Amino acid sequence: MTNQSEAVKERLVKKKNKRSPEFRGKVIILGSAGVIIIAAIAITLFLTSKGLQTFIANGVSPIEFLTSTNWRPTDENPVYGAVPFIFGSFAVTLLAALFAAPLGIGSAIFMTEIARKWGQKFLQPVIEILVGIPSVVYGFIGLTVIVPFIRDHIGGLGFGLLAGTIVVGIMILPTVTSIAADAMRSLPQNLRDASYAIGATRWQTIYRVLIPAALPSLLTAIVLGMARAFGEALAVQMVIGNARNLPDSLVEPAATLTTIITLNMGHTTFGSVENNVLWSLGLILLVMSYIFIVIIRFLSARRKV
Amino acid sequence: MKFVLDKKQERVTKEKEKKNAILKVRNLNIYYGDNHAVHDINMDIEEKSITALIGPSGCGKSTFLRSINRMNDTIPIAKNNGEILYEGLNILEDDIEVVALRKEIGMVFQKPNPFPMSIYNNITHALKFKGIRKKKELNQIVEDSLKKAALWDEVKDRLHESALSLSGGQQQRLCIARSLALKPRILLLDEPSSALDPISNAKIEDLIMELSSEYTIIIVTHNMQQASRVADKTAFFLSGDLMEYDETSKIFTNPSNPKTEEYITGKFG
Amino acid sequence: MNSRVTDKIATSIFVLFAAIMAGTLFALLGYILYHGFAVIDLDFLTSNSSSFREGGGIKNQLFNSFYVLFITMLFTVPLGIGGGIYMAEYAKPGKVTDFIRTCIEVLASLPSIVVGMFGLLVFVAWTGWGYTILSGALALTVFNLPVIVRVCEDAIRSVPRELKEASLALGVTHWHTIKTVLLPAAFPGILTGVILSAGRVFGEAAALLFTAGLTTPNLDFTNWNPFNIHSPLNIFRPAETLSVHIWKVNTQGIIPDVREVADGASAVLVISVLIFNLLARWLGSVIHKRMSGSK
Repeated sequence: MTNQSEAVKERLVKKKNKRSPEFRGKVIILGSAGVIIIAAIAITLFLTSKGLQTFIANGVSPIEFLTSTNWRPTDENPVYGAVPFIFGSFAVTLLAALFAAPLGIGSAIFMTEIARKWGQKFLQPVIEILVGIPSVVYGFIGLTVIVPFIRDHIGGLGFGLLAGTIVVGIMILPTVTSIAADAMRSLPQNLRDASYAIGATRWQTIYRVLIPAALPSLLTAIVLGMARAFGEALAVQMVIGNARNLPDSLVEPAATLTTIITLNMGHTTFGSVENNVLWSLGLILLVMSYIFIVIIRFLSARRKV
Repeated sequence: MKFVLDKKQERVTKEKEKKNAILKVRNLNIYYGDNHAVHDINMDIEEKSITALIGPSGCGKSTFLRSINRMNDTIPIAKNNGEILYEGLNILEDDIEVVALRKEIGMVFQKPNPFPMSIYNNITHALKFKGIRKKKELNQIVEDSLKKAALWDEVKDRLHESALSLSGGQQQRLCIARSLALKPRILLLDEPSSALDPISNAKIEDLIMELSSEYTIIIVTHNMQQASRVADKTAFFLSGDLMEYDETSKIFTNPSNPKTEEYITGKFG
Repeated sequence: MNSRVTDKIATSIFVLFAAIMAGTLFALLGYILYHGFAVIDLDFLTSNSSSFREGGGIKNQLFNSFYVLFITMLFTVPLGIGGGIYMAEYAKPGKVTDFIRTCIEVLASLPSIVVGMFGLLVFVAWTGWGYTILSGALALTVFNLPVIVRVCEDAIRSVPRELKEASLALGVTHWHTIKTVLLPAAFPGILTGVILSAGRVFGEAAALLFTAGLTTPNLDFTNWNPFNIHSPLNIFRPAETLSVHIWKVNTQGIIPDVREVADGASAVLVISVLIFNLLARWLGSVIHKRMSGSK
């Protein structure tokens, strides 16, 4: 009996100082997870410190930077006011969301509540493909179709916030639609059954039951679309006209944070004030993407289904 | 069916002679987070016998079964205390090489779960990991274990076809063969035939009885006829407690606990 | 108003919205392909681009796009699978896992231009490499990694728990189970996700402007020495990709046939994305069928 027990012990008790056979795997896996952490931290730290250079090393006033509407980096007395770009970014983002949200959510409801089969078989793949269309292609279409259209039928040069809004709006439309459709689809069927069972019409069911139930997820769809709009660079740059002043109307040339960075990063000397302020604009983009994350987290915490 | 009963009778007489308890469970408690799933179990399980664990759903019998080869380790919130002595060694200790333990104490699950690979590779999967690489040796083990699992004649010409092309009952016997290939000493069966049709079920039961001459078998079952047909001893669990543990014939004809009687006569469960 | 009338009106509005959306999107695809097909021919795909004369092609840009994509995937796929395995199999609920999840979320939501700026700071300036394919690929790795990690995590999580338990119950270690059971079972999902993300990487431009640059040296396609500046395989040379080219000819191009080149290049880009998409769907279903044993 004791002999047998010893034999079992020999077979089953871990040998000391023998490396666990899982060890090598764990190293590889932990390494990958480590790269993700390092990348996220490095981006945040490097871009923050580089973006603060303008204020620390070059002595530009952060208050002027955030409140002045003048952007004259090449003057004798240079002024670095980022307001026109901040305004441009927010204007494009909000207007694009105003355009894409009703269309996207409406289409999502059409796909999930009205024409399920058709939506599933036909619209879904189209939307998935369109999510993947590169943004420069949207910008190019804007340049060749939307800008001339605005010039001929609405006025101005065609380049401006309106063109930017339409391009970005169309660009984020498939994103908003596909996330909103996922949200509607994940609603439990008994919500619908319960509403129809008490004699509600389809519209009443959608309006009183389904939309309230899916609201946090639908808002998430809009916010994700806005985040994409806020960070979009090239498509906007191609159609917005790239002026440095606050525009007076939607059809006047304007600029956004991303477009000014895109345009000037290559033209300015690395390390100069004119270059450093661009990194400060980049820092605003970084901060905004953190704010979008916080908003999305807030929304997903309220998700009921 | 008569044949089956005869075979069992024959085995029961043989059974009387051996009394070596291969597993001794002492004051075992298992918790899932805050839920105290198994309370203070004590039982001895004899070598080369069939023990059935019965009881209503959620009574802790599967949880207990899974602790015997430390499958509960895969559930992060599962904790336990007490002892399970396997040949005198407490296998719940932290210094147990779980991988080695599971080769000696195999497990077959409720739903047949063959790997999405060929029949042959299903059996060699664990053998290759053990370091057996020689083609000849592998072939021999595959043949032996399929024969033991009474599947060889049905699949010998299609060993390299996907295991998923087998019927449910064949898949389950493949899963048993896969465990047998490792030459375990104990085989844990978690409702192995509840997902199968009656004919496959009968084949699995025959197989279980065959195997008990070589292996110690512990089977969780919902099916009381199954327990009474195959098991030497039966343990009745209720709400995490071991209510009664005795010879199967005693449990089913003259249980000492009134709850056991209520359960086996179908009053609840 | 009676509720049935309201219902009718509401339904028509939803139909209208969907029609507007589908119409816009179809018009867009149709426009690109229609104008593109008028330009694309073998000559367009295989001749060098010109910086001021008419009749330039997109040979180098097309090659660069695929090459940058390839190098990016070389980094992203192993790292992404590793990260996905970690999240699906090793991460225990708790602070560390929450933190890694936040990191993935941060990386996924960064605007690509910001990723490009980070690439400029670290892979171009700090390393002293200048504008190179490697810098571009590393920036795109940052951009693509969160996508692949999520794809792999989802694919591994969707492997039935029973398969994993079956392998563990046979005394196979967790790591070996991952390698031989979980990864093969998750393979169709991973492959589909990787190909779809390849389409995204292929079309990305903003992250490449400041990392891989706006120019390409004269490439000699007979030179396969990866250390020569004129070799297409050199990863330490600048490379203008197809999407960057579309942007460049439109905003700073001085060639007279901007429109033709951009039409053709856009169509090639869109067709490539379509191919990636269809390929992903097709391969995914083929492998799935083969693995689930149905003939």
